[in-house]
Amino acid sequence: MSDLTKKPTTPGPVTPLLEMTDVSVEFGGGKSWKPVTHQISFSVAPGETLALVGESGSGKSVTAMAILNLLPPNARRTGSIRLDGEELVDAGEKRLRQIRGCDVAVIFQEPMTALNPVYTIGAHLVEAIRSHRDVSKDEARATALDLLRGVHMPEPEVKIDHYPHQLSGGQRQRAMIAMAMSSEPRLLIADEPTTALDVTVQAEILDLVRELQGRTGMSVLVITHDMGVVADVADRVVVMREGRVVETAPSAELFARPTHEYTRALLDAVPRLGSGAPATAVVPDRAATAALDLQGVAIDYPGSWRKPGFRAGEDLDLLVAPGEIVGLVGESGSGKSTIGRLAMGLLPVAEGTMTVDGVDVSAGSRSDLALIRSRVSMVFQDPASSLDPRRTIGQSITDPLRWTGEIGDRREARKQAGALLEQVRLPADWADRFPHELSGGQRQRVGIARAMATSPRLLVADEPTSALDVSVQASVLDLFSELQREHGFSCLFISHDLSVVESLATTIVVLQKGRVVEQGPTQRVLTAPTEDYTRRLIAAAPVPDPALQAERRRERLAS
Amino acid sequence: MFSYVLRRIGVGLGLVLLVLTLIFLALHLVPGDPAMLLLSQGDGASATPEAVARVRTQLGLDQPLLTQYWHFLSGALTGDLGESFRNRQPVSEAIGERLPRTLELVGLATLVAVVVGVPWGALAARAGGWFDSVTSVLTSIGIALPVFVFGSILILVFSLKLGALPAGGFAEWGEDPNRHAQILVLPAIALAVGFASTIARMTRSAVLEMLHQDWVRTARSMGLSRRAVFRRYVLRNSLNPVVTTVGIGVGTLLGSTVLVERVFNYPGLSSLLVEAVTARDYPVVQGIVITIAVLFVSINIIVDVLYGVLDPRVRR
Amino acid sequence: MRRRLRQALTPLRLVALVYVGLLLVTLLFAPLVAPHDPLTQDVANRLQGPGLGTHLLGTDELGRDILSRVVYGARVELLIALGATVVSMVLGTLLGLLGGYFGGVVEVVTMRVVVDVLLAFPPIILVLLAVTLRGPGAGTLIVAMGVLFAPTFARIAYGQVISVKRLEYVEAATAFGAPTRTRLFGVILPNISAPLIVQVSLTIATAILLESGLSYLGLGVVPPTPSWGSMVAQGQRYLSTDPHVLLVPGAFVVLTILAFGLLGDALRSGLDPKSRNDR
Repeated sequence: MSDLTKKPTTPGPVTPLLEMTDVSVEFGGGKSWKPVTHQISFSVAPGETLALVGESGSGKSVTAMAILNLLPPNARRTGSIRLDGEELVDAGEKRLRQIRGCDVAVIFQEPMTALNPVYTIGAHLVEAIRSHRDVSKDEARATALDLLRGVHMPEPEVKIDHYPHQLSGGQRQRAMIAMAMSSEPRLLIADEPTTALDVTVQAEILDLVRELQGRTGMSVLVITHDMGVVADVADRVVVMREGRVVETAPSAELFARPTHEYTRALLDAVPRLGSGAPATAVVPDRAATAALDLQGVAIDYPGSWRKPGFRAGEDLDLLVAPGEIVGLVGESGSGKSTIGRLAMGLLPVAEGTMTVDGVDVSAGSRSDLALIRSRVSMVFQDPASSLDPRRTIGQSITDPLRWTGEIGDRREARKQAGALLEQVRLPADWADRFPHELSGGQRQRVGIARAMATSPRLLVADEPTSALDVSVQASVLDLFSELQREHGFSCLFISHDLSVVESLATTIVVLQKGRVVEQGPTQRVLTAPTEDYTRRLIAAAPVPDPALQAERRRERLAS
Repeated sequence: MFSYVLRRIGVGLGLVLLVLTLIFLALHLVPGDPAMLLLSQGDGASATPEAVARVRTQLGLDQPLLTQYWHFLSGALTGDLGESFRNRQPVSEAIGERLPRTLELVGLATLVAVVVGVPWGALAARAGGWFDSVTSVLTSIGIALPVFVFGSILILVFSLKLGALPAGGFAEWGEDPNRHAQILVLPAIALAVGFASTIARMTRSAVLEMLHQDWVRTARSMGLSRRAVFRRYVLRNSLNPVVTTVGIGVGTLLGSTVLVERVFNYPGLSSLLVEAVTARDYPVVQGIVITIAVLFVSINIIVDVLYGVLDPRVRR
Repeated sequence: MRRRLRQALTPLRLVALVYVGLLLVTLLFAPLVAPHDPLTQDVANRLQGPGLGTHLLGTDELGRDILSRVVYGARVELLIALGATVVSMVLGTLLGLLGGYFGGVVEVVTMRVVVDVLLAFPPIILVLLAVTLRGPGAGTLIVAMGVLFAPTFARIAYGQVISVKRLEYVEAATAFGAPTRTRLFGVILPNISAPLIVQVSLTIATAILLESGLSYLGLGVVPPTPSWGSMVAQGQRYLSTDPHVLLVPGAFVVLTILAFGLLGDALRSGLDPKSRNDR
């Protein structure tokens, strides 16, 4: 593992493995072609890891897919793409096919949809192996087993006969990597390889890629939006924005001294773990009547007639003081969203007691629910689906007031909608627009406005920024804490991102498999965690600082 | 897989029970006295009291409802479907004689439709362009063609004008295999055209949908040839929805034989059904409806099992 | 949306739209459109071929004007088809909406018991059972076909509800206190309506197909009311000598079904963004 640190950090005199010169990708057909990327140039040296970073719409994925011409049929590429000196732009399909999966392999973001659901992992691997090597099926299967061992698949002899849907996300990505490694490629293109995964799994997959790189000496082109991932793996970085390269620099240099304004803004927007608690945070008054108080609560997900219900949370104690922001963190399946839905009255209390604003609502009666609706509100995760596409945003914002009977008059509702929109820094006359006319960040502002409509005592925010680009996330988070200071509502802030929670919350609650693992003041939990799981979670969260990240990696691998 | 098959069969049996119950209730849910209803000829003239009493006894309507239900169920499950009003022939015997002929026709039409429809749809999706447009128009027409109109046109062209094939009738395989086969050609084509068009459309849209799936890109990224990608990643996955379409389509086909057998004067189960409906011979109608429904449920069980074979995700 | 609908209207589909429009005019003004009384017999002029005379599309074996009979037949045909479609749309949408939204016992009763049992019969068979019991006639057909086609709507609505109800805006409606009725009919229904509207057009086509088949068997509309199916059946006897007696009404059956089918395709590619393939 020691040879990992000796990789070249600059291409220097070495001839590059991949050289992209003025590559543009255009979509269209016939005579009208519309470029989506403009004259992209960069190169990848042998053994080097290059990161292609950018927010959504930057054209980073399209650029990567252009290398092997894996673009949709209505796209074309221009410029020059040289692999080891060989021009790929005018190479025939036959030649490209020889290169694909042989010299250059690809792994994709979502391994669930990237694998054919009707074939086993073994069948996928055998197919990959036999597409470039003339071996019998039995030999290929033996090789497949070796490959699975090589990517540390647990129980490879069993998993080889499993279908994709029977594996976990991390295991599927390991299988995908095994397929890519089947021909010992010289270049591995990894398109957002860990975006769909939990942080601890992400760390394992990134470690695996580095390990394989160390073993085979291949180059890696990683496409990502996550500056933490960049700091973790990249030697050099290409920053893209709106189809153009903004800046190219060695990783250490880029993070230390970004030259382009956009890069700087991008890095500033990234919340950093360990940057301290918000200066303006309210000190919770534990003696006052809590906004939300859970004692020994258990939550059951109701089953249907086909599948039985299951317990999604147990033995939960949680307190949200007035004006306090409590951060709820955990990986998928930890039950963090479940607690949010419980607090919103969308799930019943199975055991224990839940009080909202001092009133016991555990029974979940009609009047209990009415009380919850009047005191608690919610911001949802996905701005693309949290607003009814058939209603104007003005209607969506004031619907809660209509349903709770606070507003009956249409004109009054419109006035109110305008006022709420201005609160979230959107023009009041946007009330007549439909959600599809807005960007993701704008839609999320509308979601916040809707949550504010009923002047709640407690706001449940379920991953409100996880679907947004970092720069948009930063502005939405700013708005959020501003509103919180202004209105003084309590908040249950649910997130998988420790650094986001750190920037907002005074108290942190760590969840795992439906139970509270650890809770306490944010700074204490993040700097001196008492539980092993919390430590692992913190260690796995990538930090946008290459030097720090390298140190953290060493620590992680040593333990 | 085994437990999946057992479960599908269990669900199928439950469905058969419900189907039988619905048919049983049909007679009783209709407002008015069923015996009177069956005897009235639509002209409002009332039947003689003796006739009404006779029909009541024959259908067992004079017994308590639960007893009737029990007799009906046990009868249906043991193959005792009562006897015809018209000629006192046991219904199961009449069905036994006619059913194989209809099944032969349906089987042949299905075979033709699948063999033509699947490659046609796949080709249209892959080729695109004018071939796809022509396919779109042709399949629209194919679906819109009622079997009784198309069947008549076939008779007009191939029998009356060209004299190439018989216009209908029937010949036992044992007596005249040649004529038996010739007679089947036109009705099978009449049945198959609409079905083939439906299958072609379904295959086409399934293939187009699969072409956009991520795993197709994965397969391409591994360096597989276009052919291999199309066959093993696109066509293979397109089969699942196509199998469902075929399953449902066979049911529609069974229904369409009612018309085709009339057009071609083919003495199958469905023409017996039409005769019975016209004569309001209720035991025969009921027996045939039960037979067809059970047949259709069985086909759907087979389709479900096949679906499980094709798609591991549903096999749980 | 409007632009997408206009794009979906290829020339062929535009012709279909015009044809359907003309049919609807015929439905309302049959006595004005038809040149003759459809029932008046004129044995002297029986079995005339189509031509530019008094009988544009010829006469049948009793000398009745075929064009007039087609026009009146269209009226019956469309009334039954539209009636059955409305019945099935309301019934099916309700079944699917309730089954998909509430799940559990409601789902078992609506989707498994009612829908699956109805789907266990080939369509025409169940109508024949109803005809045996009730005798032929428009009322029997509308109710029987309405019930029979309901499962298709139910399945579409059910599938849509299942996917839409997981979306956050439905959950938000619950969280912000929308009553159940509002959630079902004010939030979910408008968002699942596109494929149901497409299905309306296709169901009309299927209903015409089925009704004409039953009339062909003499089990549909009671004579002497003219219907396309029974006209085809009559024509079969004169197939070798006067094929127009069969071909004219047959062509109208085909054209009408085709037109509603094409209209359904147009609506699908215009309303349903997911089905960009279906062109």
